Formats: sequence, C-alpha cells, structure tokens
Amino acid sequence: MSDVVEKTLTALPGLFDSQTGAAKITNRLRQLVKSITELTSKHEEENLIKQELCAMKEQVSSPNTSMKQMREIMVRAMYCEMLGYDASFTYIHAIKLAQQGGVLEKRVGYLAVSLFLNEGHELLLLLVNTVLKDLQSTNLIEACMALTVVAQVFPKDMIPAVLPLVEDKLSHPKEIIRRKAVLALYKFYLIAPNQVQHIHGKFRKALSDRDPGVMASSLHIYLQLIRESPDSYKDLTGSFVTILKQVLGGKLPVDFNYHSVPAPWLQIQLLRILSLLGKEDQSTSELMYEVLDESLRRAEMNHNITYAILYECVKAVYTIHPKVELLEKAARCIGNFVLSPKINLKYLGLKALTYVVQHDAKLALQHQMTIIECLDHSDFTIKRETLELLFRITNAQNVTVIVEKMLDFLRGCNDEHTIIHLVGKVSELAEKFAPDNSWFIQTMNCVFSIGGDLLQQDVPNNFLRLLAEGSESKEEDDQLRLYAVESYLTVLKGHTSHLPQCFLQVMSWVLGEYAHLQGSVDRREVIRLLTQLLDQRSVSSETRVWILSALTKIPEGQTDLILHLAERLSSSQDTVLRQQAQELLHLSQDSQLHEWVLPRGAPWDAIEVDSSLSFLDGFVSEALAAGAAPYKPPHQRQEELCEDRALNLEPYSFSLPVSLSSCSITDRQSPTLLSVSSGLSGNSTELSQKAGSSTLILEGVKRVWGKDGYLPQKEATAPLVDEPSAAVQPPVQQEAAERTEPRPELSTRNQDKQQLASSLFVGLGVGSSVSLLGRSEAPPPRFRKKPRPHESSSSGTSEKSSGSSCRSSHHTTDIFLYGSFLEEEPATSKSAFDHTPKSTTANGLSQNKDTKEDKHANTSQIFGGDMVIVRPSTIQDKHPPSESSDLTALLPADLKDLPHSDVISLTSDPSLSLSSCRLFRDEALLLLIFISNCTETVIKDVAVQLTCEELKTASLRGNIVDCLEARSTSVCHYALLMDDPHTNVSFTGTVSYQTQPGHTNTLPFSGTLSTADFIRPLVLTTEEYGKLWLSLSHDVKQNLKLLTDAGDPLRTTLNALKDALQLHVVDIIGSEGIVACRLLSGAPCLLHCRVSGAALVMWLRSPHPALPDCILYHCQRALAHR
Amino acid sequence: MMHFLLLFSRQGKLRLQKWFLPLPERERKKIVKDMTTMVLSRKPRTCNFLHWKDLKIVYKRYASLYFCCALENQDNELLALEILHRYVELLDKYFGNVCELDIIFNFEKAYFILDEFLMGGEIQETSKQSIAKSVEASDMLQETMEEYMSKPAF
Repeated sequence: MSDVVEKTLTALPGLFDSQTGAAKITNRLRQLVKSITELTSKHEEENLIKQELCAMKEQVSSPNTSMKQMREIMVRAMYCEMLGYDASFTYIHAIKLAQQGGVLEKRVGYLAVSLFLNEGHELLLLLVNTVLKDLQSTNLIEACMALTVVAQVFPKDMIPAVLPLVEDKLSHPKEIIRRKAVLALYKFYLIAPNQVQHIHGKFRKALSDRDPGVMASSLHIYLQLIRESPDSYKDLTGSFVTILKQVLGGKLPVDFNYHSVPAPWLQIQLLRILSLLGKEDQSTSELMYEVLDESLRRAEMNHNITYAILYECVKAVYTIHPKVELLEKAARCIGNFVLSPKINLKYLGLKALTYVVQHDAKLALQHQMTIIECLDHSDFTIKRETLELLFRITNAQNVTVIVEKMLDFLRGCNDEHTIIHLVGKVSELAEKFAPDNSWFIQTMNCVFSIGGDLLQQDVPNNFLRLLAEGSESKEEDDQLRLYAVESYLTVLKGHTSHLPQCFLQVMSWVLGEYAHLQGSVDRREVIRLLTQLLDQRSVSSETRVWILSALTKIPEGQTDLILHLAERLSSSQDTVLRQQAQELLHLSQDSQLHEWVLPRGAPWDAIEVDSSLSFLDGFVSEALAAGAAPYKPPHQRQEELCEDRALNLEPYSFSLPVSLSSCSITDRQSPTLLSVSSGLSGNSTELSQKAGSSTLILEGVKRVWGKDGYLPQKEATAPLVDEPSAAVQPPVQQEAAERTEPRPELSTRNQDKQQLASSLFVGLGVGSSVSLLGRSEAPPPRFRKKPRPHESSSSGTSEKSSGSSCRSSHHTTDIFLYGSFLEEEPATSKSAFDHTPKSTTANGLSQNKDTKEDKHANTSQIFGGDMVIVRPSTIQDKHPPSESSDLTALLPADLKDLPHSDVISLTSDPSLSLSSCRLFRDEALLLLIFISNCTETVIKDVAVQLTCEELKTASLRGNIVDCLEARSTSVCHYALLMDDPHTNVSFTGTVSYQTQPGHTNTLPFSGTLSTADFIRPLVLTTEEYGKLWLSLSHDVKQNLKLLTDAGDPLRTTLNALKDALQLHVVDIIGSEGIVACRLLSGAPCLLHCRVSGAALVMWLRSPHPALPDCILYHCQRALAHR
Repeated sequence: MMHFLLLFSRQGKLRLQKWFLPLPERERKKIVKDMTTMVLSRKPRTCNFLHWKDLKIVYKRYASLYFCCALENQDNELLALEILHRYVELLDKYFGNVCELDIIFNFEKAYFILDEFLMGGEIQETSKQSIAKSVEASDMLQETMEEYMSKPAF
C-alpha cells in the first residue's frame, strides 16, 4: 500500500510541473533544508539524508523522471554532498543533464559537474562531446557555460580536445566570451604551459583588446609569463605603463570603479607586472618612475582598497631599481600602515616593513615602538608577522633577545607548519650569530626539544656537522663539544620520555663521539644513561641504533657493562639491533680491533670511506670462483622477479640491503657526510695494496659491488666523484694513477683546502673575541659556505627532495659511466693550444687512448648521417661567440668527431672567462666548460661546481685544476642525463679559484639547455615502428603549422623538424609521414604526421607521459622560428 | 591565485564551497574542518588573516555567515578582503538585502554569481552591473524557456 502512495507522490511533481515551474523546484529543497534545521542530533540528520538519498536514487533511475525533475534532484544532491554525504550515484546524471537538458537544466548540470567531479575523474571523459557541442553553439549562454566548466574541471590530457575551439573564441564578437576564453587559456597555461605555447601571439592581441575587461584578463597570463622570464617581455613595459596611466587618469568606464577607485584589481596586477619587469634593470625602471609616483600620490582615500594598492606600490618601488625620491615617499606610506589603529593595516604594514628592511634595515628603527607593541599583541598572526620582521633585522648584538622572543612564541604555538618554519629560522640565527658556546648549545637544545621530529632533517645535520667539522682552533671546538656533552648529560639525567627522537639521536651521537673529552665524568655514568634510554618504550628503533653505535664508541675498560648489554640485546627481535650487539661484543673484547675500526680523536674528514667496498674483493672473488652467483642490485632482481614470477626462489632478497643501509647511517663518521671522501678511497694505503694484489679480477668485482645496492648513500656519490677513484676507474688506469703519485696530490689538496678554510675565516673573524661569534659572523653560516669542491655531490644526498629520485635512477648513470667512459683518462689540466697527446701520455696511456679514439670515430660515423651540427634555438646567445674558433680547437681529440654546438660564452670576470660547448653523444649530453685564464698570472685551485635540479650531472674530468697557467684554457667535462623530459632546463654553477694564496674568488655562471639537446634519432624500420606504435600508451595530438614555401610541404616540414630536433624520418607515404626519436638512450617517442589542409596533424606516442608534450613544444618552436 | 572559497555559518555548517584547484575529497573535508575550527576560534578584534600551511587564509564575517578564502603567498590580503566584499555586494544586489537563508535556499544561484565573478581562481569581472546583467540574462532565459517548454518533457 505504502508503495503505491510513494509512487503517486513521486509522480505528482511531474503532473504539476507545467503550472508551478521554478517555485516547485525550490520547494523540495526547502522542505529538506527545513526538516534538517528542525533536527536536534547528527544521528537524526544522517537518517534523514539517507532516506532522502534513497528516494533520489529511485527517482533518478526511473525512466519517467523528466529533465526538470532531474534538475531539482541535482540541486538536492549538491546540497547533500555539501553536507558531507556521498551522492556519487548522481554524477552520471549530472553529465546527462548537461548533455540533454535545455539551457537551464544544462546550467544546473554543469554546475553539478564542476562541484562533483574533480580533475581526473573518469566520468569527465563523457563530458567532452557535450562541451565541444556547446562551445560551437551560437547560444551565448551555452558557450559561456562551456567555457566556465572547461576552466574549472578540465585536466591536462583533455585540453587538446577543446583547445582549438577555445582559441577561436579569442576573436568572438562578444567581449564576455573573449574574456572567458582568455581566462580559460590562462588556466590551461597553468596546467600545461606547453600546449598553449603557440598562442602567445594571440595573447598580445588580447592585451590590446578594445574591451578593458579582456585586457585585464590577459594580464593574469602576462603576470605568469613575466614571472618566468622577465627578459622576453621588456618591450611591453611601455604598454603596461600607458595602461596604468590611463587607469589612474580615470579613462576607464565607471563600471570598473570600486568604491570610486578606478579599477583597483587592474592597477594591482599592473603594479606587480611592472615590479617584475623593473627588477634589477635600470633603464626599464626609469620608464615607470613617473607612473609609480602618480600611483602613490593618487591613493589617498582612506579605504581598504587604496591601501591594497599602496602596499603593492611600495613593494614595486622597493623591487625595481631604486630612486631616492620614490623610496622616501614609499617609506612614509609604510608609516601610515604601521601606525594605523586598524589591525588589518597594521598587519600589512609589518609585511611591507619585512619586505623593505631587506633593502634598508634602518627603516625598522623608526617603528621600534610599534614593533615592540606588536610583539606582545594578543593576535597570533600579528605576532608571527612581527617575528618574521625581527628575523630579517637580526644581527650579532640583538640575536639573544630576538631568539628568546621566537622561542617564547614557539612554546605557545601548536601549529605544525609554523613550528617547522620558525624553528628553522631560530637555528639559522643561532648558527649565524651565536655569542657564545653555552648560549648556542642551550638554544639548539630548545630547537630540538620544541621542533622535535617535525624538524627538517638538515637542522640536526647542520648542527652535527658544525660540531664535527670544527674550526681552525681545536681548543675552541673542544670547548664547544665539551659544553654540549655536559649539557646533554644534564638533560639525560632528567625526564627523558618526552624528548623527541631527533634530539635523542643528536645527543647519543655527541656523547658517543665526545664523551671522552669530559675527564671528570665517569664513563660508567654515560653508559648507564644511554642504556637507560635503550630500555624506554618510547624510543624508536632507529634511535636505538644511534644509541648503540654511541655505546660502541665509548667503552674502553667498561667491558662488564657492555658485555651485559650485548648479551641482553643479542636476543632482541630487531635484526639490526642484534647485529649491532654482536659488533659491540666483538669490539669490546678486542681493543686492538676497536682502536683500528674507531680511531679516537681522528679528524672527521680524514676518515676514509671505501665506498666501493674493495676490502671485500678477495672474499667476493673467492666466492665467485667457488661458483657463487654474482651480485645483482635490487632493481635488477626485482625486474627478474617480475619476469618469472612462477619461479620465485628468492623470497628474502630485499631485506638485506634495507637493514644494512639503516645501520650504515649511524656509522662512525658524521651522519650528514656519508659521502665524506669516497673519492679518496682509491688512494688509501690499505687499498692500493689490495688493488695491487687483485688486479686480475678487480674489474668484475668492482662492478658487482659498486652498484647502489648495498650502501646507497655512499654509492650515490661514487659515480660523481670527480677524482680518479677506484669506483670509476678501470684497473689498468688505476695502476697508472698510482704510479703517478696520487697521494702527494691528495695531501696538497687537503692542505690547500684547510688553508682556504682558515684564510676564509681569519678574514671574517677580525675584531671578534668570543669564539663562536667570531667564527660565524660571516653572513652565511660558515659550515654551509665552506667550499667543498671534492664533494660536488654531497648536497645531492642530503637534500631530501632529490635524494630519492637520485637513488632510484642512479644505476643508469652507473651503467653509462661504467659503460662508455671507462676509457676516460684521469683529470688533467690542459694548457691552451697544447692539446697534443703529450699531456695524456704522462699517464702512460697513449696506446690505450689511440684505440679509444678509433672507437669514438666509429660510433660517431654510425649515426653520422642523421647527426648534423645542431643549434637548438633555445640557447640564448647573449654574447656573440667571438672566441669560439679558438675554443673549438680545444675540444679533446677523442671528442672532436662528435656533433657539437657552437661555443657560447657563459660569463667572465677580470681573471677568468667561461664558455661552454655541448657535445651530443648517443647516451648523454656532454657539456664542456672552457675555463680561460685572462690574466698574466697563474690562477690556482680552480674548482668548478655544476648543479642542475632536473638533470643528473656527472663530472668526468677537469673540474678541479690545481694550477691554470697565464693565458691558458682548461677544459672541464660534464655528462648530463635527462630522465624526465623538461622543456627547458637551466643549470647553475660556480667556479672558485685563487688568484693569490688564501684569497678565494667565486664566479657564478648559469645557462639553459633544451630537451632538443637530449633528443636522439631512433633508427627503425616501418614494421618495427608499427609494432612499437601499438605498444605505446601516452599520446598527444595537435595541429601544427605546415611549411608551404617549397614544393613538397610535408617533406620540407619534416626536414625542418629533423634538422632542429635530430629526429629520424622513418618513412613518408603520400600525405603521411612517420618519424621516430628517443630521449638519449631511453624512452622512445613516435610521431605520426598527416597533412590536412594547411595544417600538419601531429600525433605523438611515447611510454613516457611528459615526453610527447615536450617534443611537441619544440616542434612548434622549430616551425614558428622558420 | 585563490585556491578555494568557503562560506560557513557561525555553527560551522558549510554553506558554499568552491575549489579552484583539484583536491581529493578527503583533503577537501579536512580543509573545511580545519578552516571552520581555525576561523571560528578567532577572538574578536583580531586581524582577518591567518597562516595555514603555506597558504594565507583571509576571512570575514557578514552577519551570521563567514566568508573565507585561501591565497598564495605573493597575493595581497587586503585585496582578497575586498574580493569577498564585492561578492557579498553582488549577492546583496541579486537577492536584495541578502541573508544566510537566501544562500541556503538558493545556493545554486550563489554559485552562478560566483562563476561570473571569479574564474580559475582569478577575478573575471569586477563590474557589479555586468555580473548582474549576465546572471539575469540566464535567469530571464530560464523564465521564457519555462513558458515555452510547458509541455511535459518526456
């Protein structure tokens, strides 16, 4: 019975619909809302909504439901979703509504879609056709709705489908459509910049649109573009200034006024753009002084919006090239902000001050009192902003007060983000300005206990490095260490259960390392305190490992305690702990071994880490001889496992590297510097003996153990070692390298390094009496700045972001380095115009080298047909390559035959000039940096450091040159690998050198590379192409310009692309052409081109999702620049 | 660029949500919860700005309703405050002396207005007249369509 009633009720609205219309629709929602508000408990609400949803479910699946009813249901569904209930069954109906309904249903349907479906929701695909239809509709409202939904929900891979239509809308007669189209393109630009690359010309048209609204919308895109590369848009400065002038002069329609201020949003956008354009550019800045002055003058009304403009104006004035008059005016404006009784303005004033004190610290003095008031303000936000300001004006005199304030704030703060942020700042200040040891240690204690395990890993790392690395005076270092030990003992005697793991780790490391400095304290006491920690439940297993390694370092004579402990732990369930307990047991029983493994008081950087584990060579070769399977790195094993899952005979193969790597972290030396001196290992006494005795099998062994399986942290650095090291050297050369006395070289280098360090800090410490203050008064904390040319890679391992990616993909670098660069000779400095084999024969390798040259010649001949000298258009030749002719002659003989680019000047200063040249090798891009000495004196200790976030870089040779003769040039080789395609990558680097002993200069340089540098032709047959095509998943389609200036447009276009991008044209059949290329020796990309009218329809496929985009981008550029 | 805009009542009930960047459902719910607790716990006579993760939250209370939006670091807080105000003005113009109930019962209208005002997290149209005009144009169409299509749909 009730069923019948229910049905009649649901049918009723349909019957009445014709008369009641919209009123009816809102009624159901109204009822729902009303009944919800009448409910008293969450539980009742849940029940009610559940009922409602059930009813809706039934309704939507009934064939009798009209579109109008559906619309009403959709509104209720949106309401339920907003309340947090799942109404996903309506999603598909929302799409249907947008597709089939009349305009008003469509409107609700699109709204529901944009609320329900996230970018990437699979149902979105069903919407594409509807959107396409509506974009082409002559109905303005439909077109508007389609543009809105496109900008709201369309993901990257669906953009190509609608792009041409949206692009067309830029020339629509109605301004509202143009405006929406521009904003949709802006959104596309944010999601996938490459895809709208070809429309940049049309953006300019939008900028000069007759409707100010369209122009204003285009500014969003320009702000973004200019933020990325201000140099390319300097020519527009005049236009932006004129627009701003017109806005200020009230030339826009009154419609644009907001509380009688003319177009404030537009003004602010323009001010931002101008400040970006004028930054560090005097001539451009001069164009805008007048309009900025007017802007400051006009904004006098007392309204929020004028203050918003003023704030932006002040920032602009302080960003561009300074003009005294304007600066004064801007400073006065800040006063208005800071002194305002309105709290929002005060906040903004503080922000403005924070910005300007970076340029002129004195400005803060005027507002001292206000700042102090704000510091004790009851509002959390204001306080935090004030601390930010104080952080900027901290110096050695005020550091204690400011840090105290910051710590006070932190103690009352419970927001994770704020804590991480501020704690980082406190530790930075403490390292920079600490007045004395005790203050420093106390402050760091606070940092560790407040920041706890939220801390970024580099805070404890830097701290430990500071302790370990020390300074020029051993006495001062020991004092600091001693103080740390004392302070930690006090801490550990108190309650320890609440201490964060990170703090415990730091303490145990310091105690293990330096407890012996403290003569008065009983060793037993230290051991007792540490063992106590081990027993605590709150201590994590990682920390236990730290504690145990600390205990390993301490004992000497306290064997009873240690034995007891080791016994207890040897039955632990944790394998790592058990292993450490074993080590502890052995070491404590054999003091000689202990002394050898853990030498007391050795300077940290003298510790040799044998990253290639060559001491195990004997063991491995024996095992191999006895028939053991050679070692395979984990990834390889994994691959094999995947291949034949049925025969999985190695179920436990992954546990070993994991546990070992975790304990290797807590090894003897500083945890931050696992990479310490892997490059030196090849030169250690013990090693050279070993190497001598096992040369026969060395190669195989090296390769087996040298991969990143066992000691990932150390291994990661090995391939990048810039000196002749065991890991990258073939056996013959290692011998040779030893013959050429590597050790004296090493020791002089070490000496030089120390000299460099001490000379650096003597210069900085002038006039300071107290130890820490004196040492670290240099604005950048010294231990970060300490030049460390040997460790070009250490930053890579400590950086969290790059670390993981580095590791996962390092084996390709390995293979690459092992594979083709085995023949590389050790770094030698070549003097200019003296590149005869003489310099290399010093190593006794001339014969070896000759054969290698042949090999290179062969390889380059193989692909010689396709490899022309390429000049990708992206490299900006800022300086005309004047000396290029001289420098190309300097290309090493073995690389001469490789295709290469022009030599481009990178940078220069009075003593050095740098230029670079790109050589295209099959599996890598070689970047040669020519370092020319322009002076008449010898330049010493030239060290090059190159970094690039997107690429993997490996220095092959020549990045450290001890001595560069007058007027001579040295060549430094880098191999660059690109794993993930980026359209453009920039590299930066520094060259440090000494013109006089003890006086180090640095010269920064930077440059850009394009993907085109990394693309290599892929030679295959049409059949192979066909097979590969079907197997690839990611595809992109787009129309390109067809070059029609010659007889056969398709052939001309393809040839143009081939020249620009090193593609391989597989076949051309009629109006279609197929082309193939690959990213170095990695992912292939297949291109299918078809002529369609005046356009070239390009269809790209690749296993790599981002590669087609990149290649498309470069194709567009190549064709546009013809 | 604005990341999201939320409207919620003094009781913490969500009234409107607009996300300009794609976020998974769970994340959204967490953000809504965070925002309501953070904003509602603010004491009187404090400023209208908050730090939250690496974003800045700008909020303002109009009668019983809180308007709250998230900005990126380089954006101008005062300007965002005026964006909120302009939105309130637009709602006021459309509904005539707008109150929370108007927005509850006609939330889809509030969305339509917002879509004409902001697009992709940026201001699309600042003129009150133009927005009113384009929203009304669609509404008018709705009325006339309603008349023409008075036959049962299926």
